[in-house]
Amino acid sequence: MRLISADPLLLIVIVLILASLIVFILYPLFRVIVMSVFPEGRFSLSVLGEVIASWYLRRAFLNSVMMGALTAVFGVIVGFLFAFSLSRADIPLKKFFHIIAIIPIISPPFIGALSIIMLFGNNGLITWTLLRIKNFQIYGFRGLLIAQVVTFFPVAYITLKGVLESISPTLEDAALDLGGSRWKVFRRVTLPLAIPGIASAMLVLFVETLADFGNPLILAGSQFPILSVQAYLQITGMYDLPKGSALALVLLVPSVSVFFLQKYWVSRKQYVTVTGKPTQSSPKIVSPAVKWLLFASCLFIAAFILLIYATILWGAFARVWGSDNSLTLQHFSYVFGVGFKAVKDTLIVAGLSTPLAGILGMIIAFLVVRKQFPGKRFMELSSMLSFAVPGTVIGIGYVLAFNSRPLLLTGTLLILLLNFIFRYIPVGIQSGVAILRQVDASIEEAAIDLGANANQTFRKVTLPLMVPAFFSGLIYSFVRAMTAISAAIFLVSSSWHLMTVQIMSQVESGRLGAAAAFSVILVGIILAAILVIRSALSLRYGRLGGTMLKI
Amino acid sequence: MSVRLVNISKIFPSPDHPRKQVVAVKGVELEVNDGEMVTLLGPSGCGKTTTLRIISGFEIPTTGDVWIEGKKVNDLPPNRRDTSMVFQSYAIFPHLSVAQNIGFGLELKGWKAARIREEVERIMEVMNLRDMYHRRPDQLSGGQQQRVALARAIINKPSVLLFDEPLSNLDAKLREQMRIEIRRIQQTFKITSVYVTHDQAEAMTVSDRIVVMNDGEVMQIGTPFEIYSRPANLFVADFIGKVNLIEGRVTDIKGKAFVVEYKTGHKVIASSTDALTKGQKVLTVVRPESLCLAQPNTSRSLLLLGKVVKMVYLGPTVEYELAVDGLKRTIAAVVANPIEAGFFDIGEEVALDFHPQAAHLIPAEG
Repeated sequence: MRLISADPLLLIVIVLILASLIVFILYPLFRVIVMSVFPEGRFSLSVLGEVIASWYLRRAFLNSVMMGALTAVFGVIVGFLFAFSLSRADIPLKKFFHIIAIIPIISPPFIGALSIIMLFGNNGLITWTLLRIKNFQIYGFRGLLIAQVVTFFPVAYITLKGVLESISPTLEDAALDLGGSRWKVFRRVTLPLAIPGIASAMLVLFVETLADFGNPLILAGSQFPILSVQAYLQITGMYDLPKGSALALVLLVPSVSVFFLQKYWVSRKQYVTVTGKPTQSSPKIVSPAVKWLLFASCLFIAAFILLIYATILWGAFARVWGSDNSLTLQHFSYVFGVGFKAVKDTLIVAGLSTPLAGILGMIIAFLVVRKQFPGKRFMELSSMLSFAVPGTVIGIGYVLAFNSRPLLLTGTLLILLLNFIFRYIPVGIQSGVAILRQVDASIEEAAIDLGANANQTFRKVTLPLMVPAFFSGLIYSFVRAMTAISAAIFLVSSSWHLMTVQIMSQVESGRLGAAAAFSVILVGIILAAILVIRSALSLRYGRLGGTMLKI
Repeated sequence: MSVRLVNISKIFPSPDHPRKQVVAVKGVELEVNDGEMVTLLGPSGCGKTTTLRIISGFEIPTTGDVWIEGKKVNDLPPNRRDTSMVFQSYAIFPHLSVAQNIGFGLELKGWKAARIREEVERIMEVMNLRDMYHRRPDQLSGGQQQRVALARAIINKPSVLLFDEPLSNLDAKLREQMRIEIRRIQQTFKITSVYVTHDQAEAMTVSDRIVVMNDGEVMQIGTPFEIYSRPANLFVADFIGKVNLIEGRVTDIKGKAFVVEYKTGHKVIASSTDALTKGQKVLTVVRPESLCLAQPNTSRSLLLLGKVVKMVYLGPTVEYELAVDGLKRTIAAVVANPIEAGFFDIGEEVALDFHPQAAHLIPAEG
């Protein structure tokens, strides 16, 4: 404590950050809760009661939870299959599979839904053009589940790949050496060691699916209501703020509780294999037959993902999808003409919010890891909270919180910026915390010992060491900002528009070609940004720059 | 007086129980003279590193005062204390070159680039770091990193140089070279230094004086000779090297010397740093290499008669374990130059003796 009061700059920074976390993360949530239980200024559970009494909204809740659970199960199965094949089996095309599994992470989350409609919808490539089936029903449970698994399995893949790679193959060698069969070693050694990681991945997928908005908006349809979409429709369709808030609250509780369950309980149960020297071992746990079986499965899944993206690409160039698939540039000229403002606005919002979120994230990471101050735990929790809260809830919260003086921000660029900054600081915090935990605290102590004050130490030593983490966090939050929809859809206005929201409205009005063209350009911008940041970093940091940016 | 610690204590909140406390350092008093190298030696968790960090300013003592160069520095933050630390992990800035690392302190002092360069080159010459000027830290060996860390610390000409287990990350052979090197450099620049280690050989090599610590308290302060041959208590005797502790009782006091009688009936005259009283139970501290072994029929006046129960031939020395009637513990003896001194077989009777100068008395506990 003595250290803080001796450093007024540090004190000011801490107070400012705490204040802005309260205003831009907690206050909107507070408004959602207030709106749903104080609908007319007085405490009342009537709105929540209405929600529970409504058969349709009860369905929405059950559907959302079921969809979350099933996506968690299937997503983790597919993710584990990929992770296990790539880390344990000596299969060809590993690099290709890795890239395929990364693509859904860097593209808008609703691309899966859009493509599934283009493949299996009424004018679908497979259902209509190839098979000539009339009125094939892809809307609803089946279609949404496929879209969600394709969208979210990469998250499980990344988690489980890390988990499996941290399990030393020498443990499997030891078990084989003790006479276990391959199947037995997998069942008794590999799988139990991966269980905490699997549980953790399942919870993450559950939360993300529960919170997802884009895929259900396109694919759920009215027969299969989903909570996040219903909350949105209550507010934008019926202008029923209390009911929308009540639905948001219903969505908020399971998301936040499962998120913190994952973060503070399951993720602590991970086994850590302590290794002194790097061990040499070649994968032996997979028999040749199983290896080719795994390879075939990966190939099948990869082909499906490629089909999804190829469909989008083709759709962007097809004259009228399903009835006239000849090539044209008309959708692109539409995007660059009428739709260009959305492209420009998206770039401005994402381009401004990501570096700001990155810097703020680095500062918070630094404070949380290296400094002792009152409110530290609060800062850590509230800044992580925006990861846990579904975008729909945040969006509604922002609408409620910032539509009157003194914080009248509705319809401005600022509200979009603030929303994006506070939504994506956890990305920067996580990568900043990770790198600071690796950097020995004595490195900063050495600078202080040599006469540097707190400011000089941060500028000359800590910050340069955090640069790689800053940029990898930057890429990730840029991707997120470019592809965000669930909160942003509440905040766009006639003066500030976003590409993702444009894509949605194109889909709703049946202009799949324009939606596809927007999506292609969106993914193109993201890829270009990643390439630029990567090559800038590898120019500056040589070989290191590239490896530091592995997503 | 370069460094003075007055009644330093440090209490941390316990990591396991938020309401409990851990006393890391208890009432430490220490004075380090100009140009002197003092080592804090003790087992892990004895408070030696905490004491060092209190001198550097990274820990604030719960009680007591820290004086550096005659000034009380309790309220000075580490960056404004005239100390430089060599860290256990070296703490070399990974994003700066060797020269930038070494010149970091001078840069902060606002020196001109040309002058920094000159000074850095001079110190690199002394430290055998020629040709490393533009190297990146990850291109250095462990020993070179150690030298860079040391160069970065001494270039600032600090009032006190602090070493926090600087050699613990090096392999055994390099460690032996580096401790001689550190001593040479410390002597060359006559820098007042405080050195923390848990390795007694390292402490013996580098120090003018050694402070033995245990459980946050100073057990003894003395020259390497005093610590090894005249330990003040059981802890110091036992912590440093192998030791024989022979139980006996004081039967007479002759000036500064004491007559001790053993259960075997033998008597010996030895010294002590304690004021012992007649009849007091004492332990005689004798190092294994101070024992002379001989055939029992020799004409010398021999003290004790033992039987060999274990023998280990190590080449330069032979280690014996001897059982002596009337003593609880076996006695360890090390014979150097065994070819000349002769060998004893297991089961053989041996007479043993030691020079009164080699014996030292400490009070027996309880």
